[in-house]
Amino acid sequence: MGRMARRLAPQILTLAALVALVSVFFPNFINISFDGSRFVGPIIDVLKRSAPIALLAVGMTLVIATRGIDLSVGTVMAIAGAVAAWAITSGLGLPLTLALALAAGLAAGLWNGALVAIIGIQPIVATLILMTSGRGIAQLITEGRILTFSDPGFAFIGSGAVFGIPFPTVLWMATAVAFAVLMRRTALGLLIEATGVNRAASALAGVNATVILIAVYMASGLCAALAGIVTTADIRGADANNAGLWLELDAILAVVIGGNSLLGGRFSIAGSILGALIIQTINTGIVLSGFPSEYNLVIKAGLVIIILVLQSPNLSADWIYLRSVLLPRRAD
Amino acid sequence: MTINPRLYPLLATIGIFVVGYAICYLQFPAMLSTRVIGNLLTDNAYLGIVAVGMTVVILSGGIDLSVGAVIAFSGVFIAVLLRDTGLHPIVVFALLLVLTSAFGAAMGWLIHALAMPAFIVTLAGMFLARGAAYMLTIESVAINHPFIVTLQNAYWLMPGRGRLTLIGILMLLAVVAGVLIAHRTRFGASVFAIGGGEQTARLMGVDIGRTTILIYAFSGLMAGLSGIVFAIYTGSGYPLATVGVELTAIAAVVIGGTLLTGGAGYVVGTLFGVLTMGLIQTYIVFDGTLSSWWTRIVIGLLLLAFILLQRGLLKLTAFGDARA
Repeated sequence: MGRMARRLAPQILTLAALVALVSVFFPNFINISFDGSRFVGPIIDVLKRSAPIALLAVGMTLVIATRGIDLSVGTVMAIAGAVAAWAITSGLGLPLTLALALAAGLAAGLWNGALVAIIGIQPIVATLILMTSGRGIAQLITEGRILTFSDPGFAFIGSGAVFGIPFPTVLWMATAVAFAVLMRRTALGLLIEATGVNRAASALAGVNATVILIAVYMASGLCAALAGIVTTADIRGADANNAGLWLELDAILAVVIGGNSLLGGRFSIAGSILGALIIQTINTGIVLSGFPSEYNLVIKAGLVIIILVLQSPNLSADWIYLRSVLLPRRAD
Repeated sequence: MTINPRLYPLLATIGIFVVGYAICYLQFPAMLSTRVIGNLLTDNAYLGIVAVGMTVVILSGGIDLSVGAVIAFSGVFIAVLLRDTGLHPIVVFALLLVLTSAFGAAMGWLIHALAMPAFIVTLAGMFLARGAAYMLTIESVAINHPFIVTLQNAYWLMPGRGRLTLIGILMLLAVVAGVLIAHRTRFGASVFAIGGGEQTARLMGVDIGRTTILIYAFSGLMAGLSGIVFAIYTGSGYPLATVGVELTAIAAVVIGGTLLTGGAGYVVGTLFGVLTMGLIQTYIVFDGTLSSWWTRIVIGLLLLAFILLQRGLLKLTAFGDARA
């Protein structure tokens, strides 16, 4: 546990500093009250609104750990949302609706995974295909309209509460914990890391890299479908054009802020979740602090550049060199 | 006579465009008029210009995700400067091109100095450019300067009453410039060398840092030029414009037969990639019953077909053996 805390210290400190910073401009930021049926307050709002990014970040972490990238998650959200809205308005019932939407996400992941693992296309290109064409598919399902529905059971997924906590929050936390346990209590996490560090070597060592890669993209598709279901349920409608638009970039950003290397290998789901919370705190904080939301993107750009500088393999080599020059004794 | 296998994707692109045009012509004979051709060039001018820059980036094995945001920034920059200052549009254009080239150069420098993947650095660039556009204005600003209106209405009447507009001509000039730079200069040779393999390029004596900076500066310059064309085309500047153009440009480059791993391709192919995508849109407009979302699906399928074609070619040629 101590090692984990040290690994995540920069992210936790960043998040704490951000919360403190927002509180300076908006003193009520950390106030949480109970209105009789559920907790309310800006922090709860952040926890609820971070659901799509956090869900996407969980799947994206695994993909990035294999040295891949999944650009299609935003589009898969739109497809899953469209499928869900179509199913619920056709009167298929809630369980079948959810099953169909999740199946759509898994199918999208299978497609991406097969292109990457079997045909051998670079991940950024393979997932670009679904990214460009997927919104067309989603519009095909909704027939170009915004499908709205009023099923209370489905709407609960987006705006309900369990023990006073918003359901989307419960969902992303449960998903993150489930994936983290699955990765760390079994050898799966190790196998994914091995594939990311060196696919050829791990294949020679007996890891079925092809299956691992496909499974990772399917996990990403599943997470994207969950995110799509939450967004669709929240607005009680499927918007094929705008659902999940640009969220793939936020998800990648969350993973990178979480300290995961884009070059694959070791990963931390907890880090990515913290990254997602940092992004959502910035999004909400900027609005609450009264800054124009136009600053949002510039701040994000600044964050990315700082993280890139910290992660840069070139600079870390310089650091080691600098230290060995400045502290020659201790280096021995 | 044997044909160089590297020409196959280019020939396939041109073949698909010609066959596609023939199919459209059989169904709608009016498609062959110079009016349609003129509109095809005008409507896709900004995309063609930015795709030329993207081709050079992709030839070097990189990617530039910032161009869509840079186009939007350019439009806003032009509109706001023309509204708030008395500067002549030519001066504004010059300022803008210097700015976007410097922006691209800075990204190229970061990619080289930090040794980070191009797509994450240009992703930051995309946030920055889009954010800068928002900071200038969040509204759509109209451009009413008489000089811009003159540019909008400048065209050469082709036989058959088709209009070859100024921005259409600009796109063709950009393609010619791109062809010359990529295939006829020392810089172009360096770009191909880096795309073929950075280690070998370094051993051949290519200055990797300088070339990388120039590549992204060129892409920034083309994005700025594309922004000018887009501003003339739409007569306004809007920070939310051209969302996702970077992906359309990448798709055009791939459909144009350039290898996404870098090192092989032709700038001319990109022109046909852009025109093929424009053709699909024109066909859908002519047909009238097909919905616009088919455009995206067909472009996705074309993209897939070309990537598979490239994979097959890589396996076929000795060039592929060396890289595998």
